[in-house]
Amino acid sequence: MKDVELKMIERAKALLESGEVARVVGWKKGDFCFDPSPAVFETVEELKDFVYDYFCGANLSKYLIQVSKKEGKTAVFLKPCDTYSFNQLVKEYRIKRENVYVIAVECLGKLDIEKIKGNGIVGVTGVEVVGKDVNVTSAYGNATLYKPDVVLTKCATCTKTHVAKDEEIILHEREAKDVNRFEEVEKLEAMTADERFAFWREQLSKCIRCNACRNVCPACSCLKCVFDNPASGIAAKANDDQFEEQLFHVIRAFHVSGRCTDCGECSRVCPQNIPLHLLNRKFIKDIDGLYGEYQAGEESEGKTPLTSFTEGDSEVNDVVYGEAK
Amino acid sequence: MLKIAKERLNELYAKINETMGLFIPVKKAGEVNYAVWSEGKEVSLETLKTVKSPKNIFFPQTENMMKFKTDGKNIEVIDVRQALAEKTDEKPFVAFGVKACDYKAIEVLDKVFLADPVDTYYQIRREATTIVTLACSRPEESCFCGVFGIDAAAPQGDVTTWLDDNYLYWRANTEKGESLTELVKELFENGGEAEVEAQQAATKAVLESLPFAALDLSRFKPENLNELFDDPAWESLSEACLGCGTCTFVCPTCQCFDIRDFKTNEGVIRYRCWDSCMYSDFTLMAHGNSRTTQMQRYRQRFMHKLVYYPSQNDGLYSCVGCGRCVNKCPQRLNIVKVIKTLGGNAND
Repeated sequence: MKDVELKMIERAKALLESGEVARVVGWKKGDFCFDPSPAVFETVEELKDFVYDYFCGANLSKYLIQVSKKEGKTAVFLKPCDTYSFNQLVKEYRIKRENVYVIAVECLGKLDIEKIKGNGIVGVTGVEVVGKDVNVTSAYGNATLYKPDVVLTKCATCTKTHVAKDEEIILHEREAKDVNRFEEVEKLEAMTADERFAFWREQLSKCIRCNACRNVCPACSCLKCVFDNPASGIAAKANDDQFEEQLFHVIRAFHVSGRCTDCGECSRVCPQNIPLHLLNRKFIKDIDGLYGEYQAGEESEGKTPLTSFTEGDSEVNDVVYGEAK
Repeated sequence: MLKIAKERLNELYAKINETMGLFIPVKKAGEVNYAVWSEGKEVSLETLKTVKSPKNIFFPQTENMMKFKTDGKNIEVIDVRQALAEKTDEKPFVAFGVKACDYKAIEVLDKVFLADPVDTYYQIRREATTIVTLACSRPEESCFCGVFGIDAAAPQGDVTTWLDDNYLYWRANTEKGESLTELVKELFENGGEAEVEAQQAATKAVLESLPFAALDLSRFKPENLNELFDDPAWESLSEACLGCGTCTFVCPTCQCFDIRDFKTNEGVIRYRCWDSCMYSDFTLMAHGNSRTTQMQRYRQRFMHKLVYYPSQNDGLYSCVGCGRCVNKCPQRLNIVKVIKTLGGNAND
């Protein structure tokens, strides 16, 4: 991964020096080996803090809503999954495509520090990836973990490839994966309604209404969310497990259905580790079943299953022609 | 000093629970938070940091303040405090397993809620609670309580406890602690001084070696307020901020709340819930919001912790170094990055 990082810094430097771009959006190193933050680099000097490693899981696409409105062109490094969010935002006219220079960058799956710590490792001081081994050093001893066990949930079932790019930096071949991303959804579908209700109640009762899922979500790009708008009549901040949390998350899932690219950021950022992506995946699976397979963000223009009508639509008979099923 | 075998802890919880409510770290759907104990719940004292701090024992994330019952032209105002006080009188609480940082955070909250005008809702719960602290034995990389003068191996509280592989060691510190000890002492035996001392020495060695052990707070003083406020670094520090409330809601010292009314069939319930200075509608007034950008909101949060609060409270910072924001910020922004950047010893 270091070779990829060096190449990225080299390109960022060249683009900034030549004046082709006014800024570069990437990741900045943190205090540890596992806490880089998204960052905007405007000078070559600032690139000394640039990092690209196994912990750069954050999706940078949503930042472009603001950044692409600034003067001059912006270069951005996007992982395969990020390019779907990018296309979707371009499609919704939220990002000015002509102002962005997309550098597609390889991703071999990002690590989840919480999963690493979940193996009883406390005081992590170093993490090194060698093939499928994740070697962790800590204040209380060392351990070797199996990489597929400690990648971000969104990475575990990802088979995405770049769908938007102006150039690419891909130095390593990615291993093909044979995975079914709907496996967890199928388990939920196999439950009885009561079991499923109990599952979601237990999960959602942990919600602290921090709104991290919403704020990180590239599909949640409303200028003012109804839940933040005192004039909406339904503004709410309270975490009330009788009503608010459940409706909040379900409404949100409905609102982003057909537009959610399954980038998995909602589950990545949840401080209580609620598997929110499963709500969205259920909708994706249903849309696939009702309207034919569809992947939001694969294209940056065109109609979508929920914003277009065809005679083959599943609801044609009962909705359009009023025939009861 | 007293001790109880680890496998008998459940008996201890049950004994306390006979006459008192017991708040304790409990694992639910994979995450550990403070919850009311009952038989069969999965207690996790070993968890270093609960997701939410124990502050919600005294200051619940959402609570009803009063009710207005309407009947024709009459409005009956129902004060819920009386019922709350009666309930807590009948069954006071024990907060069990509170870490040194979280205990210090309660001191920070007390200065806000128990100062004039007293927040009676907080006061009722606070006074009804006996706090049993638990020393840390495995602090982690995100911990920096020592920077604020907190000793993770020797927390205060009504009772202090230490846990090792075999025993929980118990020492009462206050009258409240003595009464609780009286209630449960049949389960305990004497001893443990040597084990506790050994554990404290080992913990101290780890604490000193932690990466944030030497954070420099010297620039965060009231006299530097304007200079810190105007520092251009806030722009880059906050640029990745999502404006979510994670840092504020996992923080043991954040104390802001919003009061709203909720209409029901019988009338109106006035409730309060935690608010976050990271939110766009925080302290919203008729003219709009006084802080219009995320940078301003971000700056407010850290200036409050490191400058405003201490300037009003004899230099006491309202950060206790628990490191929850370090662990939980979705984009990995946190108070340590602020302290390092503005405190003068940036990450180099």
